[in-house]
Amino acid sequence: MILHDLISLDVLRVIWWVLLGVLLIGFALTDGFDMGVGTLVPFVGRNDLERRIAINTIGPVWEGNQVWFILGGGSIFAAWPPLYAVSFSGFYLAMFAILAALILRPVSFKYRSKRDGAGWRSAWDWALFIGSAVPALIFGVAVGNVLQGVPFHFTPDLLSIYTGSFFGLLNPFALLTGVVSLTMLLTHGAAWLSLKAEGEVASRARAIGAVTGVVAILGYALAGVWLALGIAGYHFTAPVPADMPSNPLLSQVARGGSWLASYSVRPWIIIAPILGFAGMALAVRGLRKGAEVSTLLWSKMGIFGVISSVGLTMFPFLLPSATNPDSSLTVWDSSSSQMTLFVMLVAAVIFLPLILAYTAWVYKVLWGKVTEADITGSGHTY
Amino acid sequence: MDMTIVDLSRIQFAMTVLYHFLFVPLTLGLSVLVAIMETVYVMTGRPIWRQMTKFWGTLFGINFVLGVATGLTMEFQFGMNWSYYSQYVGDIFGAPLAIEGLMAFFLEATFVGLFFFGWDKLSKVGHLTVAWLVALGSNFSALWILIANGWMQNPVGAQFNPMTMRMEMTSFYDVMFNPVAQAKFVHTVSAGYVTASVFVLGVSAWYLLKGRHWELARRSIAVASAFGLAASLSVVMLGDESGYEISANQKMKMAAIEAMWKTEKAPANFTLFGLPDQKTQETKWAVRIPWLMGLIGTRSLTGQIPGIENLVKKNETRIRSGMIAYAALRKIRADKTVIPADVKASFDAHSKDLGYALLLKRYTANPDKATPAMITKAANDTVPAVFPIFWAFRIMVALGFSFIATMAYFFFMASFRGMRFPRPALRLAVWMIPAPWIAAELGWIVAEVGRQPWTVDGVLPTALSVSHLSVTDLLITLTGFALFYSVLFVVEMGLMFKYVRKGPQEDVAETNAWMERHEKRLGDRLITPAE
Repeated sequence: MILHDLISLDVLRVIWWVLLGVLLIGFALTDGFDMGVGTLVPFVGRNDLERRIAINTIGPVWEGNQVWFILGGGSIFAAWPPLYAVSFSGFYLAMFAILAALILRPVSFKYRSKRDGAGWRSAWDWALFIGSAVPALIFGVAVGNVLQGVPFHFTPDLLSIYTGSFFGLLNPFALLTGVVSLTMLLTHGAAWLSLKAEGEVASRARAIGAVTGVVAILGYALAGVWLALGIAGYHFTAPVPADMPSNPLLSQVARGGSWLASYSVRPWIIIAPILGFAGMALAVRGLRKGAEVSTLLWSKMGIFGVISSVGLTMFPFLLPSATNPDSSLTVWDSSSSQMTLFVMLVAAVIFLPLILAYTAWVYKVLWGKVTEADITGSGHTY
Repeated sequence: MDMTIVDLSRIQFAMTVLYHFLFVPLTLGLSVLVAIMETVYVMTGRPIWRQMTKFWGTLFGINFVLGVATGLTMEFQFGMNWSYYSQYVGDIFGAPLAIEGLMAFFLEATFVGLFFFGWDKLSKVGHLTVAWLVALGSNFSALWILIANGWMQNPVGAQFNPMTMRMEMTSFYDVMFNPVAQAKFVHTVSAGYVTASVFVLGVSAWYLLKGRHWELARRSIAVASAFGLAASLSVVMLGDESGYEISANQKMKMAAIEAMWKTEKAPANFTLFGLPDQKTQETKWAVRIPWLMGLIGTRSLTGQIPGIENLVKKNETRIRSGMIAYAALRKIRADKTVIPADVKASFDAHSKDLGYALLLKRYTANPDKATPAMITKAANDTVPAVFPIFWAFRIMVALGFSFIATMAYFFFMASFRGMRFPRPALRLAVWMIPAPWIAAELGWIVAEVGRQPWTVDGVLPTALSVSHLSVTDLLITLTGFALFYSVLFVVEMGLMFKYVRKGPQEDVAETNAWMERHEKRLGDRLITPAE
């Protein structure tokens, strides 16, 4: 088969770097509000009915939303195998925590309403809280660690050896990025509740979201300053062909300078942090004013800006190694083969538009607010 | 190489995958059964069928959520615990997993919410479409997962690349249409249909025994027994058999299933019963049926089925060939710029056996310099644990035949004897409920324990596939999974029992009113419940 030679390897690598971003952002935009709402449930709902309203705003859609994450994981495996191998085994216990949380979350949705006892329901409320807040926090912590470089190296056989510890992940900068991630998704969840819920639930969500939104903006700004002053970036020390074999040990990397140097190489990427700040600020304003649809859209724009600013700043680095920079994973030396990337691209071109179309249709069918009558009525609810 | 890490990783994988597979077969089958019931509802407009759809749908939902949740573990675990595997074969193995997400899981998960929440928001046909899309999604999902698994059993369409130190795809077509994968897909999906049919049959039988919901129960039995009969015939007849002859390790798996220590004169005997002993390489108390094995395995009177002893000898030759490939690979790695022609030629000639040299890594860091004693040990390692495979297979097959018998009986009684089921038969159907799960779990053991010592047959040994982790890491997650999964299992079973006891709760008034009119219309042609 020579079909896969139609697109050259370097172009395929850039396309899959973009698609990786699309999937992670897709996950944050959709499952992000689920995590936000799940964390907010105990605070926006003072009684069982109010909590059920909050839960039922995401009830019909969280399953589909979560697939963005599963697909993200699958695509990292298929398109960036070394990244999948190093990060999932390196962050072993953190991954286990995310996994436990993500298992707890759907189970809480489904099982909470299946029995009446107050103890049963309250236990699942807190399970939902943990299952939503923990991943939102850890995802941010992971990004903070990636920006600082992660302690791992490869043997000549390309077995990856991670030399850090779980508690080493919880350093000050990573905790800051964790807080940014958590508050950003809380704001997003609040924007969703403001749109889909009514009365007290919606107004409490707006009040909380207006505060978390400001924290997210301040945290994001602080992380930018920290990145400029306190954290060294990574760069290649010898020219790297963009279509080199996918073997991280074949490229030479050193630590030094600043990540923010990429803003002088590619000035246009400043658009990302601008969208991030503007989106979050307008979302806060919308929450204060009580605007509904527009607030959610601004919040989405903010998340899009924040996540893409991280990717664009680091490009072409994916996962730098703090202890052996040559082992660092980059877009040019850590992808799948040309054939696999091409086959996957064909699949993505066919199915991503379909997914977007039927997801949009489902949201359209479910359009409208979740009311008390929906919960107490005869239909299926959580 | 630390075998403790390897063993703990294997225990964790086996535990999490067997647990995941408690939920998957029921999801596969029940999604289709529910869609069939809703189709009858849409075609006839009879409310009883909508009630059935909703009732079995609720049980489907309780089961589905744990299938999804524990499926996450599977998607993560390759990277977490099998990172060398992920790096070494991710170029091939990752693609079907990702396509599964794009094509199947997104479909299933997006529409499952609408299935439960969309009754009042969609037209009849619209909702029916949603139900079928959920069923289609879950079945497509099985297809891609089994394409990935099939490649581990029979790694076609791929080649080792010395520059990237990994296997790379050479033909997506071969990976997709891998005959082992296709056989496994049919077998596994049929097993799911059987599981759901036995479940629906058993629960319905319990209602008949209790004299409750008999309208719902006897209609459910009619659907489940017909569907289950077709599925149980398919699961046995189109079983995995077609896949066994493909590759060398599949031959070893076959020999282990039959505890065939030595090559027998054709046509070989079939061992019906016996106690295989790995140390002495013989089967005690064996009850053999002459000729049968040769007939099943080769469909001829003259075809030879190789025994374990012969296969080990063949593998020893391949290990020696792999050592040549490994020596060439070391030279290639030492000098990346100019590769001498003779080194390249030597690597190309022997690279197919590179994986066999990796078996030696358990005994030496330099497989190309292994001693004859090490080679013998590594060759003996290629025999999987015979006893569990031998017995798992026999119990699975016996259960398979018992499903055919049960389904055929209930299908006959439902179709031609006016649904008058004797009470002992109903009781049997209730007791049958756990059987398909036992068969499915045993099937996994046959397929995957039978694949040892490889993760990817002939390509990558299991012992080499693990992540660089500490025993503490593994003990933490192993204990965590065990506790967490046990709690979830208790909760899930509690809810299943609760909702089965409750019976259908939705649309009761409307359905009952319709049933009354319907019974009047039928008059004396009415079928009464079991005595």
